[in-house]
Amino acid sequence: MISNCLVVQAIRQPESLTFLSLADWDLLLRQARRANLLSRICALLDERGLIEQVPPQPREHLEWARAIAKKHAQDVQWEIAMIRKALVGVGVPVILLKGGAYVMAKLPPAQGRLFSDIDIMVPKGSLNEVEAALMFHGWATAELDDYDKRYYRTWMHELPPMQHTRRTTVIDVHHAILPETARTHPDPEKLRSAAQLLDGYDNLKVFAPADMVLHSATHLMHEGELHNGLRDLVDIDSLLRHFGSSPTFWPGLIERAKELDSTRTLFYALRYAQLILHTAVPEDTMEAARIGSPNRVMLMLMDMLFSRALMPDHPSCSDWLTGTARKMLFIRANWLRMPPVLLARHLFHKAFISPKPE
Amino acid sequence: MNVSSLTSSELASRLSNAGIHLQTGSFITHLQTAIPSVAEGIGLLYSDYPLVEEGGFADFHVDLIPPRNLRRWFKPQVLFLSDGAPPFKPLPLDQAFPLFEWGLNWCVSSHANNYLIIHSAVVEKNGYAAILPAPPGSGKSTLCAALVNRGWRLLSDELTLVRVSDGKIIPLPRPVSLKNQSIDIIQQYEPGAIFSRKVSDTMKGTVAHMKPPSDSIFRAAETAQIAWVIFPKYQAGSAARLEPLPQSRAFMRVADNAFNYSLLGTEGFETMARLIDASLCYDFTYSVLDEAIETFAALKPPTSPT
Repeated sequence: MISNCLVVQAIRQPESLTFLSLADWDLLLRQARRANLLSRICALLDERGLIEQVPPQPREHLEWARAIAKKHAQDVQWEIAMIRKALVGVGVPVILLKGGAYVMAKLPPAQGRLFSDIDIMVPKGSLNEVEAALMFHGWATAELDDYDKRYYRTWMHELPPMQHTRRTTVIDVHHAILPETARTHPDPEKLRSAAQLLDGYDNLKVFAPADMVLHSATHLMHEGELHNGLRDLVDIDSLLRHFGSSPTFWPGLIERAKELDSTRTLFYALRYAQLILHTAVPEDTMEAARIGSPNRVMLMLMDMLFSRALMPDHPSCSDWLTGTARKMLFIRANWLRMPPVLLARHLFHKAFISPKPE
Repeated sequence: MNVSSLTSSELASRLSNAGIHLQTGSFITHLQTAIPSVAEGIGLLYSDYPLVEEGGFADFHVDLIPPRNLRRWFKPQVLFLSDGAPPFKPLPLDQAFPLFEWGLNWCVSSHANNYLIIHSAVVEKNGYAAILPAPPGSGKSTLCAALVNRGWRLLSDELTLVRVSDGKIIPLPRPVSLKNQSIDIIQQYEPGAIFSRKVSDTMKGTVAHMKPPSDSIFRAAETAQIAWVIFPKYQAGSAARLEPLPQSRAFMRVADNAFNYSLLGTEGFETMARLIDASLCYDFTYSVLDEAIETFAALKPPTSPT
């Protein structure tokens, strides 16, 4: 698994790619495409001036991916300008989350990162106004059945995804980073009050550095479907490398995790970033993060699951347990998102009552 | 080594085991399939194409498999897999070979962004290329098939690849896709042409593929300079008529037919502008293929290269 995965090697040590054979490149391109990391690898090679050392055939594939990433970054900026224009009348600051935030704050994980939706966070009290303003400017909620609609409105931390009718772009409007029903409760008010204005804007914000890492970790550790799992771990690795150069960052990160009820999440994120991507986490930070560690048996199980499910969803990075690991983490994610009775009701409804896609 | 150096049973057995690395233009496709009609189509239409035996690198990894669903017992289907993932829904098994052709077009048009990719046929003579962009039904492939049987070199019948770095046209000679009456028309026009078995009731009607002239396949590495942009239109009973088209109009119409014009952003615009600048642009109406061939033979390349 981890040892077979050339994508992991590429992220850890882009320099080592100049020694790959053509057959290895063939495999790396396939793994990277599946993990949505091909343009990221191109960006890492570009940064180091190594792209010319890649043999011509695989280099072409990297350049293909680079063209998509370049267009993507432009589209994201345009889309955010449109969102900002649509919401200027609502009068609440809009916090950009994840990919959109990395692009607008010019942070390193934005380099070569592809994502499909723009995520924003607004105060819960302004959700209706925000939704109305977006609808007025051409976004519409996708068709959902009544159960899903009710489910979103009652329990979720976000509105159902809204798609722009002409540009077909999708926006997710959040009021918190986890559902109301989840086991842990990172307080959205605390996240909002620490958020920082983007340079040159008066109503666009991004999370403070520690919160940005914690949100990325929260997302990854509560996600049921991990086909972008490695990409999300790469974000965390990249944020940690970037913010970690400031000495006050690491102690602040641990403190913030305590304040936001996220010590378990942070522990896992640091552990798997270190284990899989060799992220340099200071010894004392790792020690302090252990307050979030589960017991030893549980930790062994989680290691077994995450070390498989965070690999690219490609046969060359899978073993006989990978499928099981993915299924178990899917169940775990739902388990963390809602209490057992609600979960049972939800799964029952999804299994027997909701209409099935073809 | 070419596909023709394998016997048909060797080819079928390679395809169903390790697969073959097939070179088409500048792309290498690793193809695996146990479906006999695909092996048959490859053996017939790809006999002159090189097999890449060394290196272990492929641009595209394609499998054609029957999906494992209940339908296989009474109405078997075929699924196109690009590195294990299906970009399209399955089709009836009978359409496996056309699906391979369409799927390979998809592989190129959805990945190869170092080219501006135009949905058009493109042919070459004396180093000058004519691109024939047109919506389906305009007779683009029929005209293209006729031209390549009368001395023009086939660069592609579906995908014109314009290299972003220098504006050159990069050949991708693959079997020419013909549909409905066009199949009979070209079979009568060039009785020596080699065709795959007709497949009926596809989304495009009845289709068959024609093997490109061997010379076009051997010269697949020779790039070409654009000289003409010609929008063909078959119109029953009309005489062959070539009408000059303003470059501005031609620009927009070619852009409409490009797969990745907007994805390439500024580079897409610049590549398109360079292409149109170097071309004489025409609308072309025809009904008789021989007249069309005469018109094309009389084309003069632009005098001042830009």
